[in-house]
Amino acid sequence: MLKTKTTPLSALFNVFKYFMLIGAAVISLLPVCVCVLTAFKTTDEYNATSVLELPESFFNFENFKVAFQEANMLRGFLNTAIVLVVVLTASVFIGSMLAYVLNRFKFKGNAVIQNLFMFAALIPGIATQVTVYKIMYSLGFINHLYGYMIVLMGTDIISIYIFLQFFENLPVSLDESAIMDGCTYFGVFFKILFPLLKPAIVTSLVLKGVGVYNEYYMSNLYLQSPELKTISTALYRFTGPYGNQYNYICAGVIITIIPILILFLIFQKQVYSGMAAGAVKG
Amino acid sequence: MQKTRMPFMKWLKSRKGQKWIVILTFMFVPLLLLFVFTYLPFFKMIEFSFFKMKYTGPRTFVGWDNYIDVFKRSECFKSLFVSLYYMGGAVIQLALALFFATLMVFKTKGSSFFKGAMFFPYLICGIAVGFIFKFFYARGFVLDSILQMFGMNPENIPMWLQDKSINNMSLAATSVWRYTGQNMILFLGAMMSVDTDLYEAASLDGANKWHQFRYIILPSIKSIVVLNLILSISGSLSAFEPPYVITNGTMGTGTYFVIMNRLAHENQKVGLACAMAIVLLGIIIICTVAQKLFFKYAFDDGTSDESRAAVRKRKKAEKAAKKAAGKSLRGGRV
Repeated sequence: MLKTKTTPLSALFNVFKYFMLIGAAVISLLPVCVCVLTAFKTTDEYNATSVLELPESFFNFENFKVAFQEANMLRGFLNTAIVLVVVLTASVFIGSMLAYVLNRFKFKGNAVIQNLFMFAALIPGIATQVTVYKIMYSLGFINHLYGYMIVLMGTDIISIYIFLQFFENLPVSLDESAIMDGCTYFGVFFKILFPLLKPAIVTSLVLKGVGVYNEYYMSNLYLQSPELKTISTALYRFTGPYGNQYNYICAGVIITIIPILILFLIFQKQVYSGMAAGAVKG
Repeated sequence: MQKTRMPFMKWLKSRKGQKWIVILTFMFVPLLLLFVFTYLPFFKMIEFSFFKMKYTGPRTFVGWDNYIDVFKRSECFKSLFVSLYYMGGAVIQLALALFFATLMVFKTKGSSFFKGAMFFPYLICGIAVGFIFKFFYARGFVLDSILQMFGMNPENIPMWLQDKSINNMSLAATSVWRYTGQNMILFLGAMMSVDTDLYEAASLDGANKWHQFRYIILPSIKSIVVLNLILSISGSLSAFEPPYVITNGTMGTGTYFVIMNRLAHENQKVGLACAMAIVLLGIIIICTVAQKLFFKYAFDDGTSDESRAAVRKRKKAEKAAKKAAGKSLRGGRV
């Protein structure tokens, strides 16, 4: 990004800089790396050795097998995948359509609705769950995957903001010329504007995707039967019988991390720009 | 009948009718969801806070008793002080994020590795983070082994999660671990949006790293830092995850929400839990408004006005450019 002449001072600065960066990377990765080491140890090995020692072999996948079956992780991944696909698709459409209407049309109540969403963002999600639970119960939404998915769509304020912000920068002349050509409003939205929203869609997919993948509180509350567990709550199985068998628990933890790590490595650039774009909403 | 229907059909086909059709169809679902899952629960919460009730069964009206209880019960009110640890953690986290973002804004070898490594904890799900740190802090496990490796006497190592003088710090540290990288990415994004020529020019003029930080980097990220500071205060008041998944709020680590969650779902004191939620919401609103006002006055000095004017000018230019681009696009289309 920037070339500086190598003076003794800047050389010293560089030494300091890389020292700090390597330190930070070590601290960030260490707790996970120790988990990886432990996940490859047999129970005897785990009991006998220090946690920092390398396992005898990195081909001992026994713990992963046990964890995968014991916590029914296949089911968990499947459920999470369904939830992700449905909720992300829905929230892209809900957010972009609402933002289109709020940004492009002047009507009574427009400002009120925008403020309603703004205030909703202030209410911490966990606070209202006490009463949401009661509402979910009377709607018969508890212990159904669709109920959980609908709640997740309902708590979607971030993507609405991202789309609103993006529409600000899309010129209205686009709409006008399409309407001159005889397009309906629906046509304007779906044919002209929606394809242009791609960057905003990526941003909201990243933010919402990470949120949904990691969501466990509502999942724990509303999906109680074992075959409905998502990947984040599947791990809960380990609190009981495996209490201190960290070699199994660590294997379970690593299994949940792997898919998101792979996705992150593939989409790194989009993730970073999505994060940065989502932050400027204030 | 016929007479009234015809104009209506006509109205439907007119521009105005079309406009309302699109408004109603596009807004129906989001507004329904907003109402059912945010505002209905919110108003119910206010209603329930005046009753002594469980999830099912009869309820009795108790007036302000629940609110009085919130301030009287030691577990509820004391738990607000636990959030001070998380506030401290949030400040440290922002400072670290700012520090590392500043280091990385200058040309760095392997910067994508460092960025990735620091950002990665943000992607791990809460429950997994909980297990990782239960393991990390457990007696004789990861942290203890590392400290011993560096020659610390095992007897001097505290019980990270049981010792009441230190366990809240241990928990707040997990938050710092998890979110520092994400904050850093945000700051770095804002810093990178500065024109790189500025750095070139500055370094040619002999500005050192500190000057570059003070006069180029800091102004460019001021608003995002302030925004994050505001968010972190309400965030730490509603801290929930680390104690919930690691200690389950035992040994004095129960934050406000952990206590509320326990009252609501284990003890079924729904009314009291609702009153707690309302009290916290009030505190958060007051804090948010107070901070916004504070920062508005604190940063309203001459320099910021100047930069604000510059921003306005730049935005205008950008808009004009975009309009031009839009026009050319339209030209192609027609």
